Amino acid sequence: MASTWRYILAGLGLAALLVGIVAAIYLTLPQSAPGPDLSRSKKTANGLFVASFEPERGVVRQGELQSWLLTLKTAAGAPVEGAAITVSGGMPRHDHGLPTSPQATDYLGQGRYRIDGVKFTMSGWWQLHFGISAAAGSDTVVFNIVL
Amino acid sequence: MRRIASIASLLALAAFALLGGCGKPQFGDAEKKTIASLALNTLPSLKVDTTNQYADVPAAAALGSTLFFDAGMSRDGTVSCSTCHKIDRQFQDDLPQAVGVGHTNRRTMPLAGVARNPWFFWDGRRDSLWAQALTPLENPLEQAGNRAAFAHYIKKRFGERYERIFGPLPDLSSAPANATPLGSDAEKAAWNAMPTGRQDDVNRVFANIGKAIAAFERSIEPQQTRFDRFAIDLATGAKPEGNAAFSPEEVLGLKLFIGKANCVTCHNGPRFTDNSFHNTGVPPVDGLPPDRGRVDAVAQVGADPFNCLGKFRDGDESACRELRFMVKDGPQITRAYKTPSLRGAADRPPYMHAGQFSTLDEVVAHYSKAPPSVEGVSEVHPLHLSERERAALVAFLKTLSE
Ligand code: HEC
Ligand code: HEC
Repeated sequence: MASTWRYILAGLGLAALLVGIVAAIYLTLPQSAPGPDLSRSKKTANGLFVASFEPERGVVRQGELQSWLLTLKTAAGAPVEGAAITVSGGMPRHDHGLPTSPQATDYLGQGRYRIDGVKFTMSGWWQLHFGISAAAGSDTVVFNIVL
Repeated sequence: MRRIASIASLLALAAFALLGGCGKPQFGDAEKKTIASLALNTLPSLKVDTTNQYADVPAAAALGSTLFFDAGMSRDGTVSCSTCHKIDRQFQDDLPQAVGVGHTNRRTMPLAGVARNPWFFWDGRRDSLWAQALTPLENPLEQAGNRAAFAHYIKKRFGERYERIFGPLPDLSSAPANATPLGSDAEKAAWNAMPTGRQDDVNRVFANIGKAIAAFERSIEPQQTRFDRFAIDLATGAKPEGNAAFSPEEVLGLKLFIGKANCVTCHNGPRFTDNSFHNTGVPPVDGLPPDRGRVDAVAQVGADPFNCLGKFRDGDESACRELRFMVKDGPQITRAYKTPSLRGAADRPPYMHAGQFSTLDEVVAHYSKAPPSVEGVSEVHPLHLSERERAALVAFLKTLSE
């Protein structure tokens, strides 16, 4: 009797552990499981540059005009200077564009460009498309941002 | 074995209690987060307006309040800001289109929280609260005055009060009685005949009138509602008491608002607005002049001499990023209008930029059907809401007015 009891307890404990693990995985999984690629650093479409895109102040705030930094390196890792950058984008699931027209406003050295005037007015999946022209040639890159 | 059976049944009971016994939790975590983000207690304190150095000067707000209610601030002495923005009616007038000296083409906007807007008017054709205030003063359908006449009037009626705030008034003895670059042919001719220095003097007094009125308007803020009390209780886990408790219908309406009906994509934050412009397929009104919304406002705000980049701004240009980075073209701004706040909306029909709908039922029916826009492309898609769901949305909207 006592040993059956122990087995049941152990079984219950294991079951609880399993439920816990499954719940933890479920809760930490990003909400849109097969969602867009959220990396903040990536190769441009044709592999000419490596681009990274970060909010200048570290945090993304909904509804605020913010500046971001686009850092451009060549495939070999050298900073890209004198690039001409165009910015566009929108919300792919809502068929609308950006609420502002962000621009590359300053070159900060070491391949870093300030992209000012970025605003995300609603939560959800946003995309920013960059067209980049520099000595090495022209290329494009898309960053996904989910709020 | 009996013991095992009793333990098992206890466990089963506990599971029931968790899953169903004490009721399915009303809202999931994501929903709770969204609801909290709509509550008035998340409204940040009002930012300083560096473009108006008098924005927080009490004497300026006091003068602004006098001017707001003064019918002397119009061509024929009959219309003030408060003719349309009525203090006991949420600073609006319950009409489909406002009536001043003439019949206008748009609905009067309520003013709660107005100082927090980046753009003013339904189409955002002004970029500051003080530049906005100058527009009705000279609009022939609203107050129908002209800036030279306003400068003389201020000197005569409020000269001392003005000078205590803004410093000495300019010498206006050679300024014509009536002159403005925007008025009748005679007023335009009189304006063009003035030397630039005199024009600047008059423009400066005119801009300061706007800055005083704006200082007053900063005090008009939204009030706490039943929804806010409900949201705070939900966030803190307290049981909503009295009228802070929501009926099942109101709960359903709130769930739809932040869920399936997508309202919260545009009506978000504690003011229920994203401060942006959208085409939602609201039909034009027969008999009114063509109205294309934001797409025509872009050039107007860019050309306004009182805009943030103009010389009447205080402080530096870093305050002008909204203007600098505004969207200037593209299909999305045709017949796009500013998302209005929904606080207090249930108590002030009619709705939309020209009073197109006379009840909230009509508004919700519009979103449910989502007809295509007559021009440009509507961003809203048919929701096919049932009658019960439409009624629930309306019930929820009413909690923002109680
Ligand atoms: C004849 C009625 C009328 C008068 C007089 C009037 N307004 Fe308005 N007001 C309106 C209408 C109509 C709108 C929206 C107009 C539009 O979008 O073209 C509006 C819009 C506004 C807005 C924009 C609110 C927002 O959320 O964008 C403000 C602020 C405002 N008025 C303040 C004033 C002030 C200050 C005065 C006096 C100097 C004034 N109004 C005089 C009818 C009036
Ligand atoms: C795509 C953005 C968007 C979505 C989604 C949206 N709205 Fe709106 N809402 C607006 C805009 C823009 C206006 C003003 C349109 C106009 O005047 O032409 C508006 C106006 C309103 C008004 C009238 C307020 C007034 O003062 O005139 C109500 C009420 C309203 N919306 C409720 C809702 C509800 C309920 C939903 C969800 C079923 C919803 N909205 C979804 C953008 C949106």
